[in-house]
Amino acid sequence: MTRVYPSEPAGPFESPPITFEDAAGRTVEIRAYTGGGFEDFLEMYLAFDPKDRAQGIPPTNEPRIREWLESILTDDAVNVTASAEGRLVGHATLVPDGTEEYELAIFVLDDYQESGIGTRLITALLGAGEDHDIEQVWLSVERWNSAARALYRKVGFEPSKTESFEFEMSLRL
Amino acid sequence: MRLLVGIDRSERAKAVLGAATARATDTGDELTVAVVETADGPSIDQLEREVQEHLSARSIDADVRSFTGHAGSQLVEFAEREGFDRLVIDGGQRSPLGKIQLEDVAEFVLLNATMTVTLVR
Repeated sequence: MTRVYPSEPAGPFESPPITFEDAAGRTVEIRAYTGGGFEDFLEMYLAFDPKDRAQGIPPTNEPRIREWLESILTDDAVNVTASAEGRLVGHATLVPDGTEEYELAIFVLDDYQESGIGTRLITALLGAGEDHDIEQVWLSVERWNSAARALYRKVGFEPSKTESFEFEMSLRL
Repeated sequence: MRLLVGIDRSERAKAVLGAATARATDTGDELTVAVVETADGPSIDQLEREVQEHLSARSIDADVRSFTGHAGSQLVEFAEREGFDRLVIDGGQRSPLGKIQLEDVAEFVLLNATMTVTLVR
């Protein structure tokens, strides 16, 4: 499948590690994932609110969450985490699809949403993507999810496939 | 019940046919398979051959029909014309990240069919 990408690159983006204070006054640390910590991811996704799921991910039960995490916490993917109050509260990932293209997704626990973490997490992920010389990033988002679409637009994503069920957007790094 | 199974791509044909035939075996439902063509899919002859092989290897008796043209509307129209009770189709592929992506055929059938639709995962 040939996807359309913007002709001009977005960014530059700041790479992790990044430490900042969120809108609720919590200290948040954003780091590039370098391996290990599988149980911390599991704990975050077990606490993930099912209403925030999109297109079947994250999965809802432990065996499926484990299987899914194993498929995205790989050496060829780029993963970035947000920690606050001693636990993982956010995770963003770029997963290769076997070509030059990487699919992006971002997850923030319900209690930590709307506090600026999502924006910092996605820009840090794109910064990490630049460090890995990734140039083509795409994502799909549910049509009704205007908050997510606004976030993606803000960081430079442009609509790339708008006629089907899910809305696709792409960005050049 | 009379089931119409829509098949539009090879890689998912086995799963969709498998789910529909397993159900038909249990319930005694009558099965018809409609093979449809899509722009980026295999030729209709190849798809039909694969479906016939799948059915004969399992000694399943089902009428197989082929349609060219717009896949989704061909399926819905045929199902309505022949009074099928249910349409069984592929429920989408997963992206590299694991997201479910509905194909155009599934989207069209879901929005336009007047009978019950089953998506096979």
